[in-house]
Amino acid sequence: MKFKSKASLIPYLLWVALFVIAPIGLILYYSMLDLNGDFTLANYQNFFTPAYLTMTLTSFWYAFLITFFTLVISYPTAYFLTKMKHKHLWLMLIIIPSWINLLLKTYAFIGIFGLYGPVNAIIEVFGFDPKQILFTDFSFVFVAVYIFIPFMIIPIFNALDKMNPSLIYASRDLGASAFTTFRRVIFPLTIEGVKSGIQVTFIPALSLFMITRLIAGNKVITLGTAIEQQFLVAQNWGMGSTIAVFLILIMFASMLFTRTKKKGGRA
Amino acid sequence: MRSNLSATAKVYLVAVFVILYAPIFYLIFYSFNSGGTMNSFEGFTLEHYKAVFEDNRLIAILINTVIVALLSALIATIIGTLGAVGIVSMRSQKMRSTVLSLNNILIVSPDVVIGASFLILFTMIGVKLGFASVLISHIAFSIPIVVLMVLPKILEMNTNLIDAALDLGASRRDVLTRVIIPYIKPGIFAGFFMALTYSLDDFAVTFFVTGNGFSTLSVEIYSMARAGISLTVNAISGLVFVVTVGVVAIYYVITNRAKKMEAYNR
Amino acid sequence: MKSLLNAALAIVITCGLLWFAASKLEASGSAGGEGVLTVYNWGEYIDPALIDQFEEETGITVIYETFDSNEAMLTKIRQGGSAYDIAVPSEYTIETMIEEDLLIEIDHSKITNLQNIDPYFLDLPFDPKNKYSIPYFWGTVGIVYNPNKIPEHITFDSWDDLWDPALKNKVFLVDGAREVMGMGLNSLGYSLNSRDDSELREATEKLKQLNGNVKAIIGDEITPLMINNEAAVSLTFSGQAADMMGENEELDFAVPSEGSNLWFDNMVIPKTAQNIEGAHLFINFMLDAEVAAQNAEYVGYSIPNKAAWELLDKEVINDERFYPPEERRSNLEVYENLGLELLGIYNEYFLEFKMSLN
Repeated sequence: MKFKSKASLIPYLLWVALFVIAPIGLILYYSMLDLNGDFTLANYQNFFTPAYLTMTLTSFWYAFLITFFTLVISYPTAYFLTKMKHKHLWLMLIIIPSWINLLLKTYAFIGIFGLYGPVNAIIEVFGFDPKQILFTDFSFVFVAVYIFIPFMIIPIFNALDKMNPSLIYASRDLGASAFTTFRRVIFPLTIEGVKSGIQVTFIPALSLFMITRLIAGNKVITLGTAIEQQFLVAQNWGMGSTIAVFLILIMFASMLFTRTKKKGGRA
Repeated sequence: MRSNLSATAKVYLVAVFVILYAPIFYLIFYSFNSGGTMNSFEGFTLEHYKAVFEDNRLIAILINTVIVALLSALIATIIGTLGAVGIVSMRSQKMRSTVLSLNNILIVSPDVVIGASFLILFTMIGVKLGFASVLISHIAFSIPIVVLMVLPKILEMNTNLIDAALDLGASRRDVLTRVIIPYIKPGIFAGFFMALTYSLDDFAVTFFVTGNGFSTLSVEIYSMARAGISLTVNAISGLVFVVTVGVVAIYYVITNRAKKMEAYNR
Repeated sequence: MKSLLNAALAIVITCGLLWFAASKLEASGSAGGEGVLTVYNWGEYIDPALIDQFEEETGITVIYETFDSNEAMLTKIRQGGSAYDIAVPSEYTIETMIEEDLLIEIDHSKITNLQNIDPYFLDLPFDPKNKYSIPYFWGTVGIVYNPNKIPEHITFDSWDDLWDPALKNKVFLVDGAREVMGMGLNSLGYSLNSRDDSELREATEKLKQLNGNVKAIIGDEITPLMINNEAAVSLTFSGQAADMMGENEELDFAVPSEGSNLWFDNMVIPKTAQNIEGAHLFINFMLDAEVAAQNAEYVGYSIPNKAAWELLDKEVINDERFYPPEERRSNLEVYENLGLELLGIYNEYFLEFKMSLN
């Protein structure tokens, strides 16, 4: 692209310097301090103990599950929405629930999934015993997916929306099956949207903290929970920062993983 | 576009919407509970709604929350969109991916870390804690999400369009306002709405950087947990929900009519 | 492009209008006059009618800000940047604040209502002679349970009852390292302020055997969940237990005999205070017998105000579960400030326990 716009970058780069690089500097600095404020690398050593390594793996596993289910649910939703008559209105209706306070919605889920909540009432109507839904892996993943659905739908919707429908007709006319059309035409054309959806889901899912307590009853411990505890309970900002440093490193790694392949003419 | 959804598709969409709205209707249902808790429904009452209108402090906090959300989302959208355009026009691939990685750091960082480091930052620079510090923080943590929403739209843009415009003698400013921005508009809107969501949901960052009497609804709700959240909060959420849906519906009807008029006049 | 500009303009105008409305509201709400007083407290931890009464009596405008944990509040006050005139931390945080020189000494000559406070709650080790803090609410840590949902032989006279196999998947614990480790230590007959690593190790191993019984480790959400009978048993603070029992009459509360924690939330004046005179007025106001009684009725926690006890319902004040008589208080321990290093070790053990759950 010949288009250059240096000026438009100025406020953005200013933001990067002030609110990204400066805080990272602070975090790195704190990660090398012990409780007395003396220089140490013990926090890093501490991270490589079984407890924290297990926690890292658990976080990864749950973030993966959450992202997977969010994508599986959101893609068809976004696809069907683009076929609706008032599609933009419907998209707004997907976003609106996310404007109600998250803690309140979480409390609502506690009620809904509770032993005496509506879900178990339905289960009982079908003649089964009430099930323990709350404080399980299932409820944790369910609520996390619930939180991330709008964030996944929006970019996919935008990608699908602008897709030229004639491409699909062409593909079908040439005899491709619906599945082939999806795999060879639709999906590749929306891959950018899917990628940004995954980024806004997977990365925050690694550091989920509140619902690990409220919905999973602390039976799932993620890196986010651990940072929270170190900062606010143990007041060990050093260790908290160290975990945060690793979280950032993991994010860099996952960015490399989903990086857009080089394409001619873009640079 | 004609609606040509199969029955299965319709059922699927209904299911998604039911799940998305279930907790909200649950909250609103209990806002009418005379029992005072979100447990067993004892009887119908409007007292919690009355309590909302009698509580000036709560209404002021609600207004603060909305102002911060709208303003921060707006400013973050502007900075983020320009930033995304700038990132794409970067020549070096390496540089571009570095900036993008930096962009995502705030998304991955837990709120407490962001909040604590912003607090240190503000006290170091000497920003007075209150409305300004909260607004700046919300702008700061919303920018990356805007960039992530806008970027794919720019990437999928046909570069020939821009090159052609430039070759035809359009200024860079014209290219930006007449070619690029109209094309990426859906991304900009998406970014704005996401930023709004981030701002309305945030508790931890706001908690750390607020002060001098300024508070938002989230901070208020979280600190209520120890002694129990009152149903007044349910009522206020119910009102917010109804008003939002109303505004969206009215806005939609108006813009739709305007579009139709435009089409008619043509 | 035009539509985007229009949208942006609409947002700015909306914000302007809202701003105007908010400033109107705030102007009508405040009495003005003798300055402002910023109170930093837990949410729903004061009867709002009392704030109005205080504003009317003194002409001071009260700004009420809230926090959700001692530690978060401490971070804010340490950093400065906002002037708080009154804060209400728990005793172990007060100890830290005194150590870090974050508090102003309270002028007892201005707190004439101090005589209303029962002497038992004064001059405690965390703040000798109450130089820096005045009692607000107090309580214990114990077990709230639903007798109809558990076998009769379990009465929680001993912490060991929690390990009873009949309580499989029926127990909630509070998400606090001090509370849970303290319970483990107490159940073994050790002090909940233990500094002995082998005792802590032993307590952790014992806690791990709770695995099958623990349904969840959660925070303040315990209140609605217990009211709704989501679990039969929960480790909790006495004040919250009182809240729950007000809503769910089946519940009962017990403090096991091996001992437990005694806690206090006191009013303090941080170093950053701007209105020190007003802060003293506020503290004195809250100690007034009628005010304290009204506040206790609203919040539901136990008060240390002897004069106010006379005004409260006899049933409340004679309830030994929430106002334990002195001989029962003897085996209760106040949390000592263990220092950050030991607190870190408590937290590591607690994390180990949590990660052993499934």
